[in-house]
Formats: sequence, structure tokens, C-alpha cells
Amino acid sequence: MSTAAAMHEVPAHGAHGHHEEIPFIRKYIFSTDHKIIGIQFLFMSLAFLLLGGLLAMAMRWQLAWPSNAEMPMPGGSLLPETMVNSGIMLPEFYNALVTMHGTIMVFFAIMPLLVGVWANYLIPLQIGAPDMAFPRLNMLSFWMAFTAGILMLASFGVTGGAANAGWTGYTPLSINDVYSGVKTGQQLWALSLTLLGFSSLVGSVNYITTLINMRAPGMTWFRLPLSTWALFITSVLILLAVPVLAGGLIMMFFDQTLGTNFFKPESGGQPLLWQHLFWFFGHPEVYILILPSMGFVSDVIANGSRKPIFGYYAMVWAIIGIGFIGWIVWGHHMFMSGMNPLLGGFFMITTLVIAVPSAIKTFNWMGTLWGGNIRFHAPNLYAISFVALFAIGGLSGIFLAAGPVDIPLHDTYFVVAHIHYVLVGRSLFGIFAAITFWYPKMFGRMMHEGLGKVHWLLTFIFFNTTFFPMHMIGSGGMMRRLYDPTQYPHIAQMQDTNVFITINALLLFAAQLIFAFNFIWSLFKGKKAGTNPWEANSVEWSAPSPPPHGNWGGVQPVVYRGPYEYSSPESEHDFLLQTQPPAGQPVPARH
Amino acid sequence: MERGPSSFGVYNMKLGMWVFLLSEVMFFTGLIGAYIILRFAQPDHFALPGQVLNVPLTALNTFFLICSSVTMVKAFAAIELGDQKGLQRWLLATAIIGMIFVGIQVVEYTVLSHEGFVPIADLYQAHGRQGGHEVLGGPLYGATFYTMTGFHGTHVSIGVACLWFTYFKARRGGYSAANFGGVENMGLYWHFVDLVWIILFTIVYLI
Repeated sequence: MSTAAAMHEVPAHGAHGHHEEIPFIRKYIFSTDHKIIGIQFLFMSLAFLLLGGLLAMAMRWQLAWPSNAEMPMPGGSLLPETMVNSGIMLPEFYNALVTMHGTIMVFFAIMPLLVGVWANYLIPLQIGAPDMAFPRLNMLSFWMAFTAGILMLASFGVTGGAANAGWTGYTPLSINDVYSGVKTGQQLWALSLTLLGFSSLVGSVNYITTLINMRAPGMTWFRLPLSTWALFITSVLILLAVPVLAGGLIMMFFDQTLGTNFFKPESGGQPLLWQHLFWFFGHPEVYILILPSMGFVSDVIANGSRKPIFGYYAMVWAIIGIGFIGWIVWGHHMFMSGMNPLLGGFFMITTLVIAVPSAIKTFNWMGTLWGGNIRFHAPNLYAISFVALFAIGGLSGIFLAAGPVDIPLHDTYFVVAHIHYVLVGRSLFGIFAAITFWYPKMFGRMMHEGLGKVHWLLTFIFFNTTFFPMHMIGSGGMMRRLYDPTQYPHIAQMQDTNVFITINALLLFAAQLIFAFNFIWSLFKGKKAGTNPWEANSVEWSAPSPPPHGNWGGVQPVVYRGPYEYSSPESEHDFLLQTQPPAGQPVPARH
Repeated sequence: MERGPSSFGVYNMKLGMWVFLLSEVMFFTGLIGAYIILRFAQPDHFALPGQVLNVPLTALNTFFLICSSVTMVKAFAAIELGDQKGLQRWLLATAIIGMIFVGIQVVEYTVLSHEGFVPIADLYQAHGRQGGHEVLGGPLYGATFYTMTGFHGTHVSIGVACLWFTYFKARRGGYSAANFGGVENMGLYWHFVDLVWIILFTIVYLI
């Protein structure tokens, strides 16, 4: 049994250990260190987040001032005539914007921001391991994702333009360029996502193996922080769901390039088969997009409230429950596909059931905040907003889960409102909380707190003013993926709301520049951070900021307790690190 | 570094291989599921397997693959006891039988193509083997058949390449009674490939 060195004696800026200096390229470009790979994912996905946002701004401009020569699209003159002609966006380009906004945001921004960044960065640090189980495989995973991103971006430049069949790629539109006008773009879309899927798969093999096998002494399953639990279940979902998508994408690619007929009805194929394959993956995918955020929010709220998380075991079982039930709800994306209403009823029930563990988590977050000595630091502000916005995003989900209600709301802006409340209001706010919280660990400097609070406030306000009205116009019948809302009288009368949404969307986008500035400025001028600036408990806060290669400079951390011992009577402070050896008698292990 | 609690008591490479194989199961499930849905929804676009495919030859091939799993187990058993010669011998046998399997598959593909059963066709008929009568099948049958068996064949081929790599490493003394993880993992992958084939053979050739 190795003796546990007191972690706070490790120097704040870790020594380089006994290795010689490795060349820049091996250290920062082709690195096998999980922290560098996590940061690479961070830079890549933030860039894609920005791009996805720009695409959305272009869409919103068109929606507010459809084909309006008096309000030409800014930057439209820079784009080729096949996209924007004399300041007016072409309908084909609008469809491509819709598709690429969705694809880039889901696959290249949110998913890597939640998994590629944090599973890589946090898992070894939170379990007390020096690195991942398979570091070279990890590096491969990043470079595959990067290549997939290049392929996706390249599709903008090919003849016919980028994919325009929606981020869900429904067949036969996505496999037949006679219908869509896009051939190479759709093929690149399928290829890129297959490669990205493979990257995620390889990553999840790494995360699962590392989590099961490389925990530090004393780190039992029920002493893991909820971030780690969430990332674990997410990795299992990726492992099992992505291969099904890969199979579907391969069949799609064969249909597009080789002339097979898996999804072509005229030759016996079934377009509906694509929907099943896609959504069988697609529903676990949306839980992949939310579970890690839920984990981060738990850790940040406990830290911000100076209290243990309320109902730790319930939180763990809720994560597992959401992960499990998420496999049998996919039909709720297909209520309008003509399925037997009895089958629809089954999916409705399972979808309503999955609201229960989600609600348990919400009540537990509120229970954590209740009576806490709350610190309103920037991460906690984002985390608390997450909980508040859950109410709206989750409740609109209940509306949509009810089959009969979904029938008029399907493919309207009501769904768009729901998606964005859960993806932006929750996933993205969770990401902002995580970045702000773990930034000092990553870069050794704090982000500017004042700018963080301003960013939070503006984002919160403009997010709600942008997306809440979409519930209204959606119920009023405005369809998704619509180039010109004013062509239909029942939507034209809501055009003022569309303009209002666009203006707020532009303000929301502008507010993100504050975050971008804060992120970059703080890299150079941020206040230097110590080992544990938030006075938190989990194992990563016992490593230097930033941690050296191997994380603790060759010393093995030992874990003595759970991660939520805030305001513990055993400690003179209101926090107690997991790795702090107990004074006097050893704390008996609970499992 | 001292190891903490590990749930399964299995070393990293082996756990990683099991986890990876789980994802492969899902991949083949997607493909086979698609075949089942397409075939039983539109049976007139398919034909009965026996009318198009060479079931007896493939049954023999299946037997070969199962034998190669046995030789793989023998190889692993040998190195567990430190028997280097046995390890090499049984690895060689596994690799050779694996190549025979792929070879017979290639032969089958060639014969089927000559008979008109191809992966891609706008309009074709799948020719039957029974009394020379033509049996109507659709382009869908070819596409699904070749995709499923093709991906399986690719996995087998990758396995054969890895088997050769393992064999040559064994010849250089890369494994011992204390260090046989690589052989064990090779065995896991190979058994998986065999298992998928048994399922594929049943669903595609027999039902």
C-alpha cells in the first residue's frame, strides 16, 4: 500500500518529471496526453460552434426578411451566386443552411464539447489515473474527428453545394440528387459522419476501459463524481448506438454511390428503414447530448451550494435509468410515419416514463441548492440556469411525447423550440458551466469573473427571448425548414414574431463574442489559479493547475471518501478533498 | 502504480477488446436487422436462399471456420503452458484455415456473379440452381447479401492479417506463459468473427 503524500504539497506548477523535452509537434499536435487531446477537441469544437451559429444567423436573416432586396443578407456579396444572389438567399442554400446548422451543431460542436473534451480531460483526473487506457488510440480518435470535420466543411465547396436533406438525412431525398439537387455534398455528409462515428466509438472504448480498470485505490464506483458517472453512461450509449448509425450511413452511402437500393422504394427498398436506423441511434444520441451536462451541473451546484449533492444514489440511478429507457423511445420521432397507433401508444408511454428520472434529478438539484451557502460564481450561474431552463425544455418535451398532441405539432417550430431549449438552454449552458469551472485546471488561469457574469446574463436573456416565442409560432402552425414564411397567410400574420426572434438571435450571437473574448484574453491575462480555486472536492482539484504529464508527477493519489463532502464536520474548511488523508483514524470504505 | 478497485479483474487490453466487440455486435445487428426487415416485408424481391446460394459449400466453410476457432483455443492453451512450438503450430493452422474460409467465399462470390447475382443491378434476375429454372429475385437481395457477408469477410481478412502478425511475433519469442495477453485478445476477436458468421449463416443461408 503506497503511502499517500499530502496532495497539497505538490508544487503548483508541476515539474516536467524525468522525461527529456519532447519536440513541439509530439507534445501539442500529435500528443497522446489526454489533457492535450481534450484541449484540442475544445478548440476544434468551439470553432465549429461559432460556424454553426453563423449558419443560424444566416437562416434567421432570411426568415425575418424573406427574399427582401431592401434587407440584403450581410456578407451575402462574399458568397457565390449559387448561394446568395444579389443579396437574396437561394432556397437551395437555405435548405443547406438548415441541414448544416443541425449537423455541425449536433455532431461537431455539442457532442465533442461534451464528450470529446470532457471525457478525455476529466475522466483520468477524476478517477486518479495518470492517463487513459489507450493513449495512442485516443490520439487517433481526435485526428479522425478532425478529418471528419474537414470533410464536412469541404462539402460547402463542391458542385451542388453542401448536404441539404436535413440533419436527419431522410431517404429518399438524401440519396437521390434528382430530388435534392445535391450529389457529392450528401455523399460527403454520409462519409464524414461515418468517420466521426468511428472516432466517437474508439473514444468510448477508451473511456469505458479506463473507468472500469484504472481507478485509484479507494475510488469505488459510488465515490465517483456525477460528472464521471454521466460520462460513463454516455460512453456506453455511444458504444451501442453509433454502430447502428454507421450501418445505416454505410447503406446510405452505397445507395448514393454504388446504386444499391436499401432505401429506394422503386426497387423494393424502404425509406422507413432509414428512419428506424437513424432514430434508434438518434434517440440515445440526444441523451448523449444531455447526460454529461447534467453531470457537470451536479458537480458545480454542489460546489456552489457548499453542500453535498442531494440524493447522490438517486442521481446515479437516474442517470442509469435515463440511459436505459432511452433505448425504447425512438418511435416518438416517428409518430407521423404512419405507424400503428398502438405502437405509437407504446412509445408515448415509454417517453413519458423517461421524464421521471429527469424530474428526480431536477428536484435533487433544487434540494442541493436549498439551504446552501450559495456562491454565485459564474459556473454556478450557468448551472442554476440549466435547472431553470430544464422546466421549459422538459415540459415542452412532455407535450411532444403525447402522440395526439405531437400530430399537429410535428415539424413545426414548437419542436424547434423544444430542441433548442434542451440543447442550448441545457447542454450549452452546461458546457459554459464546465468550461468556466475547469478552465483554471486546464490553463492555470481563471476566466474573468465579471465578463463571465455579463455573458451569462445576456445569454440567458436573449436565449429566452429568441426561443420562447417559437413555442407560439409553432403552435400557430409555422413549419420547420421553411424558406419563406410569408408565403402562407396563417404564418404571414406572425411575421412580426419572426422578426423579433431574429433580432434577439443576432443579439444572442453577439453576446457569445464576450465569451470568446473572455476565453482568449484569459489564456494570457487571466488571474493565475492555484490548485483548487473553487474549493472543490474531487480528485482533479488535488493536481496542479495545469497538471503535468502523468497528472500527479508520479505520485498515486489515494481516495478516502466521496466527492461531495462539503461543510463536513471533519474539516475545518467547508470542503474536504477526496484525497485528503483523514486525521487520526482512517475513514472506513463504504463499498 | 498501484491499482485501485477494478470491477472485472481483467487487464486493459482484454477489457478494451470486449468493449470493442460489444460495439461490433451492434454494428452487425444493424445490418442484419435491415436485411430481416427488407426481406420479410418484400419477399418477392428476394428468393429462397437455397435457390440462389450454394448452401452446402458454405456449410462446409462454416465448419472450417468453427475448426479454426478450435485451433485458436489450442494455440492459447499451448502458450498458457509455455509451449512455444505448440503456439506457433496452432496459430499457423488458424491462419491457414482462415485464409481457406476467405478463399471459398471469394470463389462463391465469383460463381454467384457469373450467374447474375451481383451486388448492384438496376434490373436483374437471380438465377436459381434448381433444375436450371430461373428464379426471380430483386436487386435488393444482392445488395443486402454482399453488404452483410462482405463486411463479415472484411473482418475475417483483418483477423487473418492479425493472426499472421501474431504468428510471426510468436516465432520471435514475443509470448510466454507469463505474457500471453496478445494471443488471448487475438482469440477473442477470432471467436467473435466466428460467432457472427454462425448467426449470419443461419439467417442468410438457412432461413
